[in-house]
Amino acid sequence: MVQEFLFWVFGIAVCGGALGVVLSQNVVRMAFWLIISLGSTSGLFFLLQADFVAAVQLLVYVGGTLVLLIFGVMLTASGPYVTMKTSPTEWVAAAVVSSALLGLITVSAYGVDWQAVDGVVSGHARENQPEGYTTAQQGRTIRPLGFALLGMRPDQDLNQSEQPSGVGYLLPFEIVSVHLLVVLVGAAYLARAKRRVDPTAANPAS
Amino acid sequence: MGSELNFCIMISAVLFVAGVVCMATKRNAIGVLMGVELVLNAANLNFVAFANYTSLGLDGQVIALFVIVLAAAEAAVALAIALNFYNNHLTIDVDRADDLRG
Repeated sequence: MVQEFLFWVFGIAVCGGALGVVLSQNVVRMAFWLIISLGSTSGLFFLLQADFVAAVQLLVYVGGTLVLLIFGVMLTASGPYVTMKTSPTEWVAAAVVSSALLGLITVSAYGVDWQAVDGVVSGHARENQPEGYTTAQQGRTIRPLGFALLGMRPDQDLNQSEQPSGVGYLLPFEIVSVHLLVVLVGAAYLARAKRRVDPTAANPAS
Repeated sequence: MGSELNFCIMISAVLFVAGVVCMATKRNAIGVLMGVELVLNAANLNFVAFANYTSLGLDGQVIALFVIVLAAAEAAVALAIALNFYNNHLTIDVDRADDLRG
């Protein structure tokens, strides 16, 4: 009951934040609405029993990426309330296209019987989960996620006779970590302090 | 399972459409970046919802973690490019980024 109520509250906050990002013209207000939307998404993750993902969402997304974006806003705005208007015809075209896209997604999502296709990808149905394991009972997902990165799946392999096969997500984990290192070094190189070019003094492009 | 899953899919559809519209209509480069963040977040919400309501299990949550890390990396690089663009053009308007026009 409480869970359902919170689901509605967070869902409305997510959608309202996204609409606020689209509709507001001021980039600082857009950043504020984005914080509302992403933070409420983290609340939805908690309700969907993904507590570690929700915590990472709060720490990395809301605490890191958004602060980075706000720094970008502060470093690039020539005035505190710079607005770049979108023309009304573009708004009309965007409204038409977006409502069509939303209708398409809604129709196709409601057209699929998820109960019937469950287990096609993963090869086993949800009812065949191992005895004594449910995500809600386990509570924390940190330890199962760590096992999954190493190739062990407590939500699938528990009480199974055959040993788990495969290496799990170890290789993607390594690739993503090296990728993050390379990207951060590259970003620091790209954004290093340089003397600002005066566009009126010399125009090498022309 | 059906109605809760469809509820999550609807929320993430709204997020996705809002992100796409944000990318298409904003003239501020930072605004375009925020649209990309919204789209990635919609994908993440779908992954976690399917992890909870179907037999996907922990797979969806692991992929969601990867998506969060990649979104952080993308934001860092795109912000560096935006800062470079601002240093060279003294504006952040993406309509002015037409140096490569033939």
